[in-house]
Amino acid sequence: MGTISSFWAYTRKSLTAGLIAFTVSDRFACISPVRGLSMHPTFNPHTTSSLLESLMDDHVLVEKFCLEKYKFSRGDIVVFRSPSNYKEKHIKRIIGLPGDWIKVPHQQDTLKIPEGHCWVEGDNATSSFDSRSFGPIPLGLIQGRATHIVWPPQRVGKLEKRLPQEGVVQY
Amino acid sequence: MRFGGQWRSVAREAWDRSLIMAKFLCLLHVVDTYLCSSVLVYGPSMFPTLNPTGDVVLAERVSTWLGIVGRGDVVLVRAPDNPRKIVTKRIIGMEGDRVTFLVDPARSERCATIVVPKGHLWIQGDNIYASKDSRHFGVVPYGLLQGKVLCRIWPLDGFGSLQRGVWF
Repeated sequence: MGTISSFWAYTRKSLTAGLIAFTVSDRFACISPVRGLSMHPTFNPHTTSSLLESLMDDHVLVEKFCLEKYKFSRGDIVVFRSPSNYKEKHIKRIIGLPGDWIKVPHQQDTLKIPEGHCWVEGDNATSSFDSRSFGPIPLGLIQGRATHIVWPPQRVGKLEKRLPQEGVVQY
Repeated sequence: MRFGGQWRSVAREAWDRSLIMAKFLCLLHVVDTYLCSSVLVYGPSMFPTLNPTGDVVLAERVSTWLGIVGRGDVVLVRAPDNPRKIVTKRIIGMEGDRVTFLVDPARSERCATIVVPKGHLWIQGDNIYASKDSRHFGVVPYGLLQGKVLCRIWPLDGFGSLQRGVWF
């Protein structure tokens, strides 16, 4: 009898903890690891290859309060679902907001970002799959905004807004 | 001393109560985001499947999460042109489908055909004359899907599945 009741109590406790964890990570903030080199050198300044080194991938704090109003500013680093595969999440920097004009690389013309969309780019232009290949993305795909690096310990700090100098034409 | 003990017990009781309340709200949130929720839908775009004056429908989130929605399902989608708005439409084409649609049914018979790219959907309202849908903003990414409408729960005489719309 004792084992069953203690098992029940344990199950209840872990269920409650799970519920609270889900709610906090949906509503307030969560921590997610950053893989890949598309945001180099802002994230993952050292190229990692082995399993042990990948434990030292940057982990960022992603806040969710921005999802209530969907108000973003240029230079914010956001986490969003990939437009071509909803199971993947990408982390990129917002370069342009609705109404901005963007000079598309390798093309001559500029493109106006439609209402409710944004233009995202990785900081590492050479190895980044971003709006330069799939175009502007709907703001509704955004899952949160990265504000701080929380892991590894020597890189803990606030992320600042930064914009590349060329490319954007604002009106 | 006894006075302090009384206050302590009151504080403990208040703490316990608010903890239970917080757990309940967490449960509510998780059920609402991951299982199902009831949504008030209004507007003319899904007429005659849904009333323009407003229906309460039950939407479930599991099948969007597992990726098992298909053609003909009524879904909740975050509007691509306004992320604060959620619209109800019917899926007409999945990825890889060739979709032919009337560009402007009120004025002309002109048709257009597109192929839905990978990871995207073609959604349309049942009332093609008064619906702002994929014919205006193009294909929508699957990631904008918020849920699949299971059935109508209010008004009660219209209770039931919405699967058999005018399209099928």
